[in-house]
This record gives sequence, structure tokens and C-alpha cells, in this order.
Amino acid sequence: MDVRSLKNYLYWLFCQFELITCSYLMEPWEKLLFYTFNITVLVTALYAAYSFVPGHISTAFQLFLHLFGNQRESAVSVVK
Amino acid sequence: QKNGVSNGTLYKKTFIEHFEQAPMYVAVLTFVGFGVGTIFGYLRDFMRAWGLEKRNIAAEREQQKDFVPLYQDFENFYTRNLYLRIRDNWNRPICSVPGPQFDLMERVTDDYNWTFRFTGRTIKNVINMGSYNYLGFAETDVNALKTVTRELQKYGTGICSTRQEMGTLDKHVELEKLVAKFLGVEDAMVFGMGFATNSMNIPALVGKGCLILSDELNHTSLVLGARLSGATIRIFKHNNMQSLEKLLRDAIIYGQPRSRRAWRKIIILVEGIYSMEGSIVRLPELVSLKKKYKAYLYLDEAHSIGAVGATGRGVVEYFGMSPDDVDVLMGTFTKSFGAAGGYIAGKKGLVDFLRTHSHSAVYATSMCPPVAEQIIRAMKCLMGLDGTTQGLQRVRQLGKNTRYFRRRLHEMGFIIYGNDDSPVVPLLLYMPGKIGAFARRMLEKNIGVVVVGFPATPITESRARFCVSAAHTREMLDTVLNALDELGDFLHLKYSRYSKSSHPELYEETRLELED
Repeated sequence: MDVRSLKNYLYWLFCQFELITCSYLMEPWEKLLFYTFNITVLVTALYAAYSFVPGHISTAFQLFLHLFGNQRESAVSVVK
Repeated sequence: QKNGVSNGTLYKKTFIEHFEQAPMYVAVLTFVGFGVGTIFGYLRDFMRAWGLEKRNIAAEREQQKDFVPLYQDFENFYTRNLYLRIRDNWNRPICSVPGPQFDLMERVTDDYNWTFRFTGRTIKNVINMGSYNYLGFAETDVNALKTVTRELQKYGTGICSTRQEMGTLDKHVELEKLVAKFLGVEDAMVFGMGFATNSMNIPALVGKGCLILSDELNHTSLVLGARLSGATIRIFKHNNMQSLEKLLRDAIIYGQPRSRRAWRKIIILVEGIYSMEGSIVRLPELVSLKKKYKAYLYLDEAHSIGAVGATGRGVVEYFGMSPDDVDVLMGTFTKSFGAAGGYIAGKKGLVDFLRTHSHSAVYATSMCPPVAEQIIRAMKCLMGLDGTTQGLQRVRQLGKNTRYFRRRLHEMGFIIYGNDDSPVVPLLLYMPGKIGAFARRMLEKNIGVVVVGFPATPITESRARFCVSAAHTREMLDTVLNALDELGDFLHLKYSRYSKSSHPELYEETRLELED
């Protein structure tokens, strides 16, 4: 039952997408073109996220560590 | 926002109008929809121009290609690429009387709305929420139409003349006296067509050197009449009395544009009920403004005569004012009386002037006798002169239906425009994709609605317009409301942020059972 309501919900979401972007009114070949374009853009964005975001996060993490690491070292040096 | 009683002494009952704005994401998504539609429109135009696709729409001939292009403006672009995709929702032929239920001819298209073909079948008993049948006089009941049949056999159907030549029958004189008595004025004149009444009589009343102050959302017939007259036209914001007062003051202080002379005449053109918004004109404030600045008032009661007011006499009665306050009372018989034609009523001097000087009187064919008799019988029914209270019952039934329909739609959470007492109910749809989906799905549920899009409304505010009728029974309205509920959930149309709960009785705990 949960699967069926989830499927209904997804179908409803898809209908909303169709209505909002006017793809409900398009002829089949226009729909094909539009969805191909959208899926291509989406896949490219996801691939870019997959390949670049971990690198960015680790760089940002290293930057933060560098900042806080410096502080700890200086505190330790004062105590010494 | 809601408008309460603004000037406490002028309005005898509360004047509540709603013009709620939808949340911001709705406007953004509407533009997204139009953006995608426009991109695909350019793509299709490109394909048509380069011969990759067959051209079905009007285009210039080869010899005209070097001249100024004819079909490049936005209106034609919109018609070709956006209107055509959902064209099957308009111009649907019907094949029965447009009563509370009617029959539609079934129509299919093989090439995406370029051409249509009739399958030969009819869709029966479609609930009619689009016809202007406010009092239910569009009927085929033989008893009701007895006098009309008699006049048809006596006079035939054609008049074959204009009013000033040989086209004035005793039926017209009788009808004009009845209209004057109904409205409570001195005299009235009837014309064969409602649109022509406005567009042909305003040029007779005003000319060059006069000033016309017309509401932003006036009907095309008023705009055409104003433009044909040659007078200067200034527009004030819809139903906004401050804007109108500013224009009046400027007109009187500064006079005509270059010569600074006083205007020969200042006339204010308004409508009783605006058919795209459902709003009612603010007549008390308007009349007090008109008296203060000595202007004339032309009131077009096309949708409000018969539909509002305690006994159906229009907005003048609705606000409890006297018909002497309005200089020119105009109305049509198309909407509430189930006939065709229009009238202009007022003082005897005005109507006598129009009898000699109106273009319609001189050149247009007069109203045909069976139609005149239909109006006479409808008006006698409304006034109670036929011995029954059926007319008053119809007016009351319309009021009940209107209030019930509007209240239920507000509770469900739709955005509805207009005054609480107007039988015209616009339901906002906003997105272009939803216009087509709404109309098609309502027809599948056997309900016929009218949807309105760009040229008639602002581009982001497309709507579905319902016209409640006295002939609708409570069951029909409930069917429509249930269908709207379902469709509103499926299409996600319930944008209102002020809706009340639709089941208030579940939250009432005021009754305590005392157990003995």
C-alpha cells in the first residue's frame, strides 16, 4: 500500500511538472526534445556535483583545520 | 485583501470584494511556463520558416516578403504557438437550448487543433456553467413560450426595416413602456443588439471637445463607442474612486489640452458588474462624485440587470439609490432575459434625442417581434404582472445559489475574485498549462466551463469563469463543487491563504450532553 501511494504521489508530481512547464500541451516529438534536454542538464549537473564537490569539501575542511590547528599550536607554545 | 464599509454613511450594507494575490512562487512558475512555451514557439516558427514543417497558418505571399511583415507581432505569435495548442476548449458548438444543462457536439482533432472534425455524436446533459443565463429564462417549456409562439405566428420573424423608416412596431412601443416602468425612469429605447447599443449610441451622446472617463476594465463595446465618438478618453484605475476624483479635478482645473477651455461635457463610463472580475461598481461614491463635479454618468448594466438587487432591478436597487441619480442607464436583454438586444433608459429628453440622432436607430434593423415578446414576458414575470411570484422566486434563487457557490469555493481554498453578491465567479488558474487541462477534465466529468486566457485578461492571471444561474439546482451545484474539489487537488489550484476549514462542524464542541 505504501508503495502504491508513493507511486501515486510521484505520478502526481510528474503531472505538476508537466502542467507547470507546459509540456502537457506539447506534441510528442517536442516532449521528447524537452525531456532529453532536461535530463541531459540534470545528469551533467549531478556528474559535476559527484566529481567536484568532494574535492571542494575536503579543501574547505583542510582550510578550517589549518586555522584551528594554528590556534592549538600557538596555545601549546604559550603553555610551554 | 477584503474591503469593508469604506464610507460608513454611503453604503447601506457591507461591500466585500476579494482580489487576493497568489503566493510568489505561482507567479514565478507561470513565467517559467510561458518561457518554455515561448522557446518552443520560436523553435516551431523557425521550422516553419525553413520549410521543415508544413505551414497551416496565415502567411504572406511570396511577392509580399519584401514589404513590412504582417504576422510578426506578439499577438500573432501568441495565437500561432500558445492559443492554438488549447484551441479545442473554445468555440464548442452546442445543439440545444443553453439552459442549466445542454448538449454538446463531440469534436475531435487529428492534427493538434489545426482542424476539427465532428464525430456525429452528441454529449448529452452537460452541466452549463458558462452561459449568461442568470434567471433561467432560456427555456423551451411550451407553457412559458405560449405568448412568444402567438406573436411569432402573428408577426413572423423579420422586420425588414430600421426604426426610423418602417421598423417601429406596437410591440416596440409596448416593450419600451414596460422597460421604463421596470427601471423606474421616464422613457426607454430598445435596440436589436447589445454591443451595437453601446458602440452606436456613445458617439451620438459625446463628440469632439468632450471628455470620457472610462474604467480600466470596461468592455470592448464601451471602448469602441468611446473611440468612435472622437472625444478625449482618460482611463481611471478599476473601481478606484480616488483615481477618478483626481482625474475629475485635473479635468476641471486644466480644461482641454491646448486651449485650456472648459470641457463641453464630462461623462463617466462604468459597468454594473464587470464580467471578467465579478466586481460591482461603487455606485454611491460615484454618484456623489458626479454631483460634486457636475459630470454625467453612463452605467452599463449588461450583467447586473435582473441579476442583483432585491427585485432584480440592477445595481441601482442593490445600493438602494434612485434611478434619477444615473443619467444614462444602459443594459442588455441577452443575459438575464434570454433574448437579444439592448436598451437605453433615462429622462424623456435624452431618449427623444437618441430616437432621432442614434446611428442604430437610423441604420440598424430593429428588434424582431418574437424576441421582443420574450423580453416582455420575462419582464412581466419579474415584475409580478403575470399574477405569479415566479419572477421574485427566480431572483431569490439566484441570490441563494450565488452565495452558496461562492462560500463553498472560498472554503475549499480557491482564489476567487469579485464581490460576494455577483453571480459571475472567476476562479484563478494562473498557469497556461492548467487552462487546457482544467477545461478538458471538466468536460470529461460532463461539466462545461469557460476558461479565459491572455488577450481578455492580464497574461499572468488566466481564469475559469463560472456563471451561476437561478435554474441550477442544489444537486447540480454540488456536482460541480465536488468535481472542482477533486480537480483542485489534482491540479493543485487551491492557492488561497485565507481559506476556512471546509468541515467546521467537526471542530464545534459547544454542545454538552448532560447525562441523567
